[in-house]
Amino acid sequence: MLRLAKARGVPETEVHIDESIQALTRFANNTIHQHVAEQGLVVSIRTVADGRTARVTTNRVDEDSLRAAIDDCLSLASHQPKDTGLLSMPGKQKYRAVRRFDPVTANLTSEERARAVKSACQFAEKHGQVAAGIFSSGQSQSVLVNSRGLAASYRHTNATFSVTMQQGAAASWAKANSGNVRQFDPLQLAKIASDKAARAQNPVELTPGRFTVILEPAAVLDLVGFLFYDFSATAVADKRSCLSGRLGKPIFGRNITITDDAYHPHQLGSPFDGEGSPRQRVSLVDQGIVKNLVYSRRSAKQAGTKATGHGFPLPNEYGEAPLNLVVEGGKISIEEMVSSTAQGLLVTRLWYIREVDPYEKVMTGMTRDGLFLIEKGKIAGAAKNFRFNQSVLEMLRNVEALGLARRATGEEAFEMVVPPMKIRNFQFSEVTKF
Amino acid sequence: MWDYCGHSLDIARLRGATYADVRVMHHRQRDLTTKSGKVGTLGQSESIGLGIRVVANGAWGFASTDQLTRDGVANCAAQAVAIARSSSLAKKENVQMVPEGTYIDSWQGPCLKDPFEIPLETQLDLLLAADTAMHKVKGVTLSETDMQFRKIDTWFASSSGSKIHQRRVISGCGIVATVFQGSEIQKRSYPNSFGGQHVLGGYELIESMNLLHYAPQIAEEAVALHSAPQCPEKRGTLILGGSQLGLQIHESIGHPIELDRVLGQEANFAGTSFLTLDKLHNLKYASPIVNVVADARPLHGPGLGTFAYDDEGVPAQRIDVIKDGEFHGYLSSRETAHRIGLPRSGGTMRAEAWNRLPMIRMTNVSILPGAWTLANLIGDTEDAIFMDTNRSWSIDDRRYQFQFSTEIAWEIKSGNKGRMLKNPSYSGITTEFWNSCDAVTDAEHWVLWGTPNCGKGQPMQVMGTGHGASPARFRNVHIGKAFSNQ
Repeated sequence: MLRLAKARGVPETEVHIDESIQALTRFANNTIHQHVAEQGLVVSIRTVADGRTARVTTNRVDEDSLRAAIDDCLSLASHQPKDTGLLSMPGKQKYRAVRRFDPVTANLTSEERARAVKSACQFAEKHGQVAAGIFSSGQSQSVLVNSRGLAASYRHTNATFSVTMQQGAAASWAKANSGNVRQFDPLQLAKIASDKAARAQNPVELTPGRFTVILEPAAVLDLVGFLFYDFSATAVADKRSCLSGRLGKPIFGRNITITDDAYHPHQLGSPFDGEGSPRQRVSLVDQGIVKNLVYSRRSAKQAGTKATGHGFPLPNEYGEAPLNLVVEGGKISIEEMVSSTAQGLLVTRLWYIREVDPYEKVMTGMTRDGLFLIEKGKIAGAAKNFRFNQSVLEMLRNVEALGLARRATGEEAFEMVVPPMKIRNFQFSEVTKF
Repeated sequence: MWDYCGHSLDIARLRGATYADVRVMHHRQRDLTTKSGKVGTLGQSESIGLGIRVVANGAWGFASTDQLTRDGVANCAAQAVAIARSSSLAKKENVQMVPEGTYIDSWQGPCLKDPFEIPLETQLDLLLAADTAMHKVKGVTLSETDMQFRKIDTWFASSSGSKIHQRRVISGCGIVATVFQGSEIQKRSYPNSFGGQHVLGGYELIESMNLLHYAPQIAEEAVALHSAPQCPEKRGTLILGGSQLGLQIHESIGHPIELDRVLGQEANFAGTSFLTLDKLHNLKYASPIVNVVADARPLHGPGLGTFAYDDEGVPAQRIDVIKDGEFHGYLSSRETAHRIGLPRSGGTMRAEAWNRLPMIRMTNVSILPGAWTLANLIGDTEDAIFMDTNRSWSIDDRRYQFQFSTEIAWEIKSGNKGRMLKNPSYSGITTEFWNSCDAVTDAEHWVLWGTPNCGKGQPMQVMGTGHGASPARFRNVHIGKAFSNQ
């Protein structure tokens, strides 16, 4: 691609190639109902000429198609006004090595996934329950090069098992995700979900209001995940971040420390960003105070600082974001959190979270798949699901206890490393029918 | 393309598949955005590949590939059969489907002006002019615009003998003005939020939008929202604008009627549905003036759910979902129709791309127009809040309890539209809400709105759906809860 572009006289060219092989076994009603596999390779080219840039992406990789992609890219770029802030592409970079490819995970077969699913379904049947979920596995690799000598590559494997166990009108859920399929046990996850579904029977209807809650890691993840874009320097400059006017101020409790760390042993993800800048470990929040933002090369130049390696592929209007959040944990187990709670709620998972107020970071959503009432330090039974309208800023000022941080996975945000949290005055506004 | 389709079907059959269907899809897309007077995203993409779905050993398998060679598609077909055999390890019963006819056809959706043939300068100039018109309004801190065009060719063939080619061109556009002031961020969008309006059609959509007329208007409204009073919390009468009613239909009617959800197939992710099978023809879903259809036929309009055949090769149909307030029908596939004893699929199976499995998706789920003009409706209303343009949406995983907020609202007092209100929201229980509807405005106000971002399935698929709606009135609604405790 670089040679073809050079032959076309393109001053600067960037080429990004992503290859992915993925498979997913999906089950419901104690049987496999969808079972899929895909493989694909995508080539994406960006040209810079005369202060103008554009991107063309294709999965047609014969030489004629690649030439056409280069021509299309030049044509797209040429039809726009000159961008005086456009930077020249970066040159050669050094990257920290990460090893995130596991051959066993890469070679997991459809039959192996199906057998694991069958075990989970048989366990469900034995306990009078109905299982639904997924078991996925795959591998991805990407290469980023440009005409100024930058060359970066990365590959990883991935595996996810997610299971919902239904018993009558009640349900519960467990999920794990890792670069190494041996890091979790599908049957064990099924047992966890099964046990909680059995305990979720006959939920009581509580009056909405402010409660002490214990959020399991997936619930923390899905709420805190909505903060990630606010740490973008471009979002702050655009005045659409909740951190506008709050940098350097203690907006969270002193027990809240958040970093972005692509090199954390529980993280996945490449050591470079969309422009090829090396990802840096960035301290975002230290003891409740917002310390730093993340920067692309462009936003860094505008702010007079250095890029942190969090830029999205150019051209884009969003700039950058931290994608490898690590929320520092504590040592209190969930059991200890429960036993220290006179009255409260244990939350397994949250659902359909959306932003209500972007500056106070009020989020709405529902509890799902296991909401349990705590009375006098013990689980007293299940409760009907609540809707919450809760400021994440306020929530992170009200954290009373932190558990062990671990890689968590939910449905609304990227996987990240988060602890379970005990939080006071969490705002539930309405109750649903189940 | 037909050669690849035919060869993969042959291989699937040779490997033991008892049924197979195959899609080659060629997807072209152009994305343009601006932000505060500058070009943001400027990109074009293309993707082509083949996906084959088979039944072998009585179970499903699906595989996809971008290797469009005879060997590539043969390997893909063989992989699909092997996957199906693996699926049969955890099989309860053999896959069964209702019968469907065989079709050989070619169809192209409406498109007067191919957006890929319109000069890029024309498109960017319009976006930059709209952006500037918003940004020069005093107080605006961020102005954004976007256009998106897609051209999707699908070649479908099945082991039953169907061969169907379809071309769909989709165009979308929207503009947004954002104002940060004090401790609040307010925004206004046109013609709708979260990407604007999207239809099955060409550049004629963009030309019909009159962006430059509305750009300063929404920018001024975004500024004015900062000094507007807070929407109160109360129980009262609510009038919803058409685009918000479209999303209300999407979340509280469109998703609950998906038969795969009802049958538990989405229990782990998208959720299930309160519309259990006992409720079919046995539930007063809404008040008697409410009639809702799921209509994929071109006759319904150029919606994101308009096509000639679904991705199982079933012709587009109109299904009565709510008839005179009564629950009347689900969205179905050939397999789910068999499960509940329907004679035929409703034709709603669609896949996002060549590498995704078709699944039940909303087509155009629309409320039929009523008899009121908007002026008469407002004139008939003593005390209400009129909410318009969605800002947030959320509903539980069985689709009972919802909460929406909108960008803007106005008081209705004694039959007149009064002062602007900020931070409006409303919430409720699906059937209670729809049973409180006492007026729907007429065809003059009815717009087939496009929702381009409906997520469902694992792996996740994003699909466009259509929702025809006109402003409507609801009584005794819980208003303002989202902001009441902040």
